Amino acid sequence: MNKNAVSPLMMRAKAAGSSVLSSLVCILMGLVLGYLFLLLLNAEHAWDDGLLPIIKGGFKSFGNEALEATGAHMKPLGMEIAEAAPLIMTGLSVAFAFKTGLFNIGAAGQYVLGAFGGLYCALVLQLPWWVCLLAASLCGALWGAIPGILKAYLNVNEVITCIMLNWIGLYGANTLMYQGGNSPMYFLKQAKTYTVASKSPSSLIPSKIFGWDLTKTFNYSAMTIAIFLAIIVAIAIYVILEKTTFGYELKACGHNKNAAKYAGINDKRNIILSMVIAGALAGFGAGLFFLAGVEQYNPQESTALPGQGFNGISVALLASLNPIGCIFSGVFISHLSVGGNAMKQSTFPKEIADAVSGIIVYLCAFSILFKGFFRKLFGSKLFRKKEGGAKK
Amino acid sequence: MTGLVLLIKYALLYGSVLLLVAMGGMWSEHSGVINIALEGIMTIGAVAGALALCLLPEGTSAGVVILASVFFACTAGIVYSSLLAFASINLKADQTIGGTALNLMGTALALVLVKNFNLTHSGGQSPKLTYDNSPFIFKIGEVTVNVFVLIALVLLIVSYYLMYKTRFGLRLRACGEHPQAAASVGINVYRMRWAGVLISGLLGGLGGFAYVVPSVSIWNFEQGVAGMGFLSLAVMIFGQWHPVRIALCALFFALFKSLADIADSTFLGSLNLAKEIYRMMPFIFSLIVLAFTSKRSKAPKAEGIPYDKGMR
Repeated sequence: MNKNAVSPLMMRAKAAGSSVLSSLVCILMGLVLGYLFLLLLNAEHAWDDGLLPIIKGGFKSFGNEALEATGAHMKPLGMEIAEAAPLIMTGLSVAFAFKTGLFNIGAAGQYVLGAFGGLYCALVLQLPWWVCLLAASLCGALWGAIPGILKAYLNVNEVITCIMLNWIGLYGANTLMYQGGNSPMYFLKQAKTYTVASKSPSSLIPSKIFGWDLTKTFNYSAMTIAIFLAIIVAIAIYVILEKTTFGYELKACGHNKNAAKYAGINDKRNIILSMVIAGALAGFGAGLFFLAGVEQYNPQESTALPGQGFNGISVALLASLNPIGCIFSGVFISHLSVGGNAMKQSTFPKEIADAVSGIIVYLCAFSILFKGFFRKLFGSKLFRKKEGGAKK
Repeated sequence: MTGLVLLIKYALLYGSVLLLVAMGGMWSEHSGVINIALEGIMTIGAVAGALALCLLPEGTSAGVVILASVFFACTAGIVYSSLLAFASINLKADQTIGGTALNLMGTALALVLVKNFNLTHSGGQSPKLTYDNSPFIFKIGEVTVNVFVLIALVLLIVSYYLMYKTRFGLRLRACGEHPQAAASVGINVYRMRWAGVLISGLLGGLGGFAYVVPSVSIWNFEQGVAGMGFLSLAVMIFGQWHPVRIALCALFFALFKSLADIADSTFLGSLNLAKEIYRMMPFIFSLIVLAFTSKRSKAPKAEGIPYDKGMR
C-alpha cells in the first residue's frame, strides 16, 4: 500500500488535471463559436457590445470611478454570486444522480416544487428561514422520488418521466400559487408572489455572517449567505460520494447495476435514494434563490420552465460531475448569464449567453476526446518522469 | 356542436404534429440513436419556417408559400439534427447529453434569430413572430383543417412502406438491433444511422412548423414548442416504435391535449377548473401509460449505444 501511495495520487492528479483542462477547452471553444455567431449577426458591435460584456460578466462596473465611489460597482458581482448559488445546487443535483447512472433532467420540475414549498412556508406559514429551506428541499425530494420509484420498480426510463414531471410540476405549482388570483401567496398588483421581505422578514436567508454584512459589501439586497450554504452542501456531497460506503454503493450501481446487485447492494433502494437526494438538492437551490429575494415567483408564467433546472445540466457536465467542480462551473454559468444581460439589448439579445452555454454542453458531450488527449500528453512528458523518480 | 367541431379541429392539429415528430423519433431510434433533441429540432424547424413565411414577398401564391416554408422548416431540421448525428455517431458521445445540449441551444438560437429579425424589421425586441397562416388552412364542412394533416398522412404511409417493405428499411432496423451483425453482412452502420437521424430531423423540423403555424398567427418563441417534442417521445414509446400504432396513439394523446383548448367553450367550462389542470392531463396520462407499458417494451435493442467497429 505504502509503496504505491504516490502513484494513485499521481493518477488522480492526472485525471483531475485533464478534466479541468478539457473543461477549459470546452469553454474557450464555446466562446470562440459564440463570437463567430455575434460576428454573423452584427460584425461592427460584436466585440464591444457583444463578447466583452459576456467575458466581463459581474465585473462590468469595475474601473468605473463614478460607481466605485459609491460602492455600486459591486452590485453586478453580488447578482452573479446570488444567482450562482441555485445553479450550483441544480448542478449538484444532476451530478449526483449521474454518478448513480441516472440522468436527472427533472431538476427544473424539482426546482419549481422547491420554490412552492419554500415560498408557502415563508409567505403563508411565516416560518423561520431554515425551516423554509428544509421545506423546499423536502418538496424537491418528493418530486425526485417519483421517477426513482418508477425506474426501480417498473423500469420506466427516468429521462422521459422526469420530463413529464417537469411540466406536471410547473402547471401544478403554478395553479396552487395562483388559484385564479385568490391564492394567499399571490400579489395581484404586481402579478407575482409577494416579496418574502414584506410578508415575513424572518423567512429571508440572513445576510450577516460573523458580523460581516454581505448586503452592505455588495450593495445588493439579495446578497445573502446562500452562496456559503451552497458551498457547504457541495463539500458534503463530495464527502458522501467519495468517503462513505453509501456513496461507494451508489457509484457501484452507476457503473454496473448487475455487478452491484451481485455484490449484495440493494440497487432498487439506491436508485430511489439517489433520485430523492438529487431532488432535495434542486429544491434546496430554489429555496436559496427565492428565500434570498433575488426574484419574486411569477405563477402565471407557465409556458417555460425555470432556466436554473436545465442550466444545472451545463454546470454538472462542465464540472465533469465533480461536486467541488460544480462550485466553479456554477459561478461561471452565472457569469455568462449576467454578462448576457449586460449586452446592449438593442444590438444583441441576451439569449446569446444561453446559446453559448448550450454550445459548451454540446462540446462537453464529447469532452472525453479532449480528456484522452490531455491524459496522453501528460503521460508522455510531464508525469512519466516524475513517476519514475518517485519509484526509485 | 361547436364543441365537437373544435375538438376535431384541435385533435387533428395536435395529432398530425405528434404523428410527424413521433415518426421522426422512430426513424432515429430504429437506426440506434436516441433522439431526445426532438424538442430543439422542432423549435429550429418552426423558427426557420416562420421566418421564411415572414420574408416571402407579399402576393406570392399560396402553393409557393407552402412549398417554400415547408422546405425551409425541413432543411433547418435536417441541418440541426446533423449536429446530433455527428456527435453521437462519429464522435461516439453520450446521445442523451448531446440531445439535451441541442434542446438548450434550440430555444436560445430561435430567440436570438427572432429578436434579431424583429430588431432589423420593426425595431422592437419582441420574442414573437407575426405571420400570415391563411394559405395553410382550409375548411371541410364546418371543421377547420390544415395542410399538415394531409402531409402527415402521406408521410405515415411512406414511412411504413420504407421501414417495412424496402431493403433500406430492413437494413436500418438491423443497425438498431444488432449493428455488429449488420456490419458483418456489409451494411455501413454509420451511413444507416446518419440516414435515420437526418430523416428524424426532417420530420421533427416539419412537425415543429406544423405545430406553430396553423394554430395561431403570432407565436412567442420564449416557450419553444412547449414540451411537444417530449410528448412525441412518449407517443413513440406508447406506440411501440411502430408507425401505425404511433398514429393511433398520436390521435389519442391529441384528444387529451385538446381539452385545454376547448374547455372554455364547452360544458367543461362550467367545472371552473384552472386551465393548467387540462394542460397537465396529457403529461399525467402519458406518465401512467409509460408506467404500465415499459416492462414489455419493444425498443430497438442497440439504441443509445454508440457503434464501435472493434466490438464484436
